[in-house]
Amino acid sequence: MDLLDNLALGFSEALQWHNLMFCLLGVALGTAVGVLPGIGPTATIALLLPITFGFDDPTSALIMLAGIYYGAQYGGSTTAILLNLPGESSAAVTAIDGHQMARAGRAGVALAVAALGSFAAGTVATVVLAVAAPPLARAALSFGAAEYFSLVVLGLIASIALASGSTLKALAMIVLGILLGTVGQDLNTGTPRFTFGVRELYQGLSFVAVAVGVFGIAEILRNLHDPRSRTRMVSRVANLWPTRAELRRIVGPVIRATGLGSLLGVLPGGGHVLASYASYAVEKRVSRNPGEFGHGAIEGVAGPESANNAAAQTSFIPLLTLGLPAHPVMALMVGAFIIQGITPGPDVMTEQPALVWGLIASMWIGNVLLVLLNLPLIGLWVRMLSVPYSVLFPVIVVFACIGTYSLGQNPYDVLAVAVFGVLGFVLIRAGCEPAPLLLGFVLGPLLEENLRRALLISRGDPSVFVTRPISGVLLTLALIALVVAVLPAIRRKRDVVFAEDE
Amino acid sequence: MTPAGPRKTAAYIGALAGLGLILAACSSGADPANYPEDDIDVIVPFSAGGPTDTVTRMVAEPMSEELGVQLVVQNVDGAGGTVGAGQAATAEPDGYTVLMHHIGMSTAPALYDDLAYDPVADFKPVGLVTEVPMTIVGSPDFEPTTFEEFVSHIQENADTVTMAHAGEGSASNLCGLLLMDALGVEVTAVPYDGTGPAMGELVGGQVDFMCDQTTNTTGQIEAGKVKAYAVTTPERIEALPDLPTTAEGGQPDIEVSVWHGLYVPAETPDEVVTQLTDALQVALADQMVIDQMADLGTAPVAADQATPEAHATLLQEQIESWGDIIGAGQGG
Repeated sequence: MDLLDNLALGFSEALQWHNLMFCLLGVALGTAVGVLPGIGPTATIALLLPITFGFDDPTSALIMLAGIYYGAQYGGSTTAILLNLPGESSAAVTAIDGHQMARAGRAGVALAVAALGSFAAGTVATVVLAVAAPPLARAALSFGAAEYFSLVVLGLIASIALASGSTLKALAMIVLGILLGTVGQDLNTGTPRFTFGVRELYQGLSFVAVAVGVFGIAEILRNLHDPRSRTRMVSRVANLWPTRAELRRIVGPVIRATGLGSLLGVLPGGGHVLASYASYAVEKRVSRNPGEFGHGAIEGVAGPESANNAAAQTSFIPLLTLGLPAHPVMALMVGAFIIQGITPGPDVMTEQPALVWGLIASMWIGNVLLVLLNLPLIGLWVRMLSVPYSVLFPVIVVFACIGTYSLGQNPYDVLAVAVFGVLGFVLIRAGCEPAPLLLGFVLGPLLEENLRRALLISRGDPSVFVTRPISGVLLTLALIALVVAVLPAIRRKRDVVFAEDE
Repeated sequence: MTPAGPRKTAAYIGALAGLGLILAACSSGADPANYPEDDIDVIVPFSAGGPTDTVTRMVAEPMSEELGVQLVVQNVDGAGGTVGAGQAATAEPDGYTVLMHHIGMSTAPALYDDLAYDPVADFKPVGLVTEVPMTIVGSPDFEPTTFEEFVSHIQENADTVTMAHAGEGSASNLCGLLLMDALGVEVTAVPYDGTGPAMGELVGGQVDFMCDQTTNTTGQIEAGKVKAYAVTTPERIEALPDLPTTAEGGQPDIEVSVWHGLYVPAETPDEVVTQLTDALQVALADQMVIDQMADLGTAPVAADQATPEAHATLLQEQIESWGDIIGAGQGG
């Protein structure tokens, strides 16, 4: 059988001693940069790209770079949970419930659940990659601007679920996020918007700066403002491992999230961004006790983390089967291919089978290594919470600033961290939550771009959004989600559940 | 316990600032006679992994060997390359900051009316590096199959044809403007955020055609995932020997390539520029560089082009011709 032959070829390649070492090096580096706020996989891969120049075996280079990428997805959850410092958009979702768990003394459980969920999802996604890559990639090509627009609309409406409090405030935060996302040069005309003559703002606000500000720095300010919540957190670091009952609770979320993440990851136009948000929204909808979400629901950690890891892996599909990079990290991988003298195109799978299948096999091996690497570290991470705040806070601030600056050597990004830190604190005091704001910020530009693109292609005819079948279905789902969210009867019930939980 | 936090932060920031001052003091004492004695920063005004970045890293390696110091690539992305170029324009003119820029250096004055630097007055050219050819490609479902059919098809159906490009000021945008100018038509231009997504939607048949660098199109053309119409250079290219040129198809005016060049700030001493030019010449003759560029469908420029003089001439010429084309595009 072809598939088995291919997998055998892949494993024989990936299990070679030197490839195994590069895989370990990649995932260890990835975990490290994921843990450091700000310094993300994109910056690390960009830094290491020239080093791979000297590698004799292109497979080793790609295995290592890929390891950094999905390793960072693991590591990224660590600071999000412990310090409320998400380094990238997916980790922002993990921070919502993960950090609440940490504050309740259950950081170890949250970290373990994140690692186990990621491992399960990574394993399944590797199989998806091996079995269904070409048909999935072909299906993804039928996604045009109209489909992406409708998908984003659905994502934004579903994201009202991200907020545990008032729906109105959540909506306001989404809109504010969308507005912040418009800062920078307009894609269609190049006109600068809300840049106030500052050329450094032409490419828009940096996501990392905004996320580190409204989550991490705001959290520090909140802690300084309210010392009571601090003492509670340090004194109660207990049970590192999830109980059997807790493990049972995460089985459903992990399975659903893996499916969702695998599908969204394939879409080259930004589907991977939606994966963790979508999973969170779904889990909150299907949960029997949605009131727990936002207050430390274990499903709110397991689902998004699994979805995120699955999507990270399946986002290799457009690259490996079509030669199309889905996001900046994949564009860097294209650079790595080119440096190794391989032009990534639709033929790369047939022309370089040992390389492609070796890379796929290495992803599963990398996931095993990540679990082996991360589970023993959990005890260590949790102990980090007992570091005195007088040391921890300055260190976080310095790391956040260095990391943010290193992304684009743009001093305005560091300024943005400070501004959004204060804004985040004000929002927390006002009872508004930062997660919907970030989602609006990430999805706003996608929404606008695809709306304008779809209308350009259709020559101004808005009916394409409903007449194109996939787009029509997505918009119908969005409408249903909206009705469910605003239906007064359901809302009242929601509030009751919420109140009971308090 | 609480007051210690902010105080420590201040101490850290102070320490960092002090370190910065020391470093700044060291670098300002550079002596052109001993150049180079320290690592050289190469500013690439685009993101890592993109075509310009890849080209830079290819030549940085042998140039480092030749100069005996490391060339460190810094990606300063943003505003069509004008952020990185602006940074290089105001850098210390000691030869330790070098800029790698492409055709965008010559189009920026026409695209941005508030440009903070002058591409000619604020820089000294070091030499050209490579001229990446561009190709005109269509989606698999796009009707025409030859370049001649393509030309007549878009002239007849200008109001329904769509053209993808990678955003304002990108090479694909420039080529599209030139093409419309030469054919005297205006089609709907659909901007994408980079060439990757644009190629994706072209392969998927969401848009009709695009003009893009061989770095991005060769793989797709060879695999038959897009229709290839023509290459925009005077001669056919080695990577795609069967692809006719635009001139062969009767459109010699559609001639464009994404030329790359190295620059230093205007006040940099001439002896430093000479050393950089010499190192560039050596790098461009390196077999490894030639092979790697061939994989991308391009080649190093001839030795007489990798000079400050040839580079200055081309820059001046290009600023003028793009000024006209972009001005016309915006007017219409």
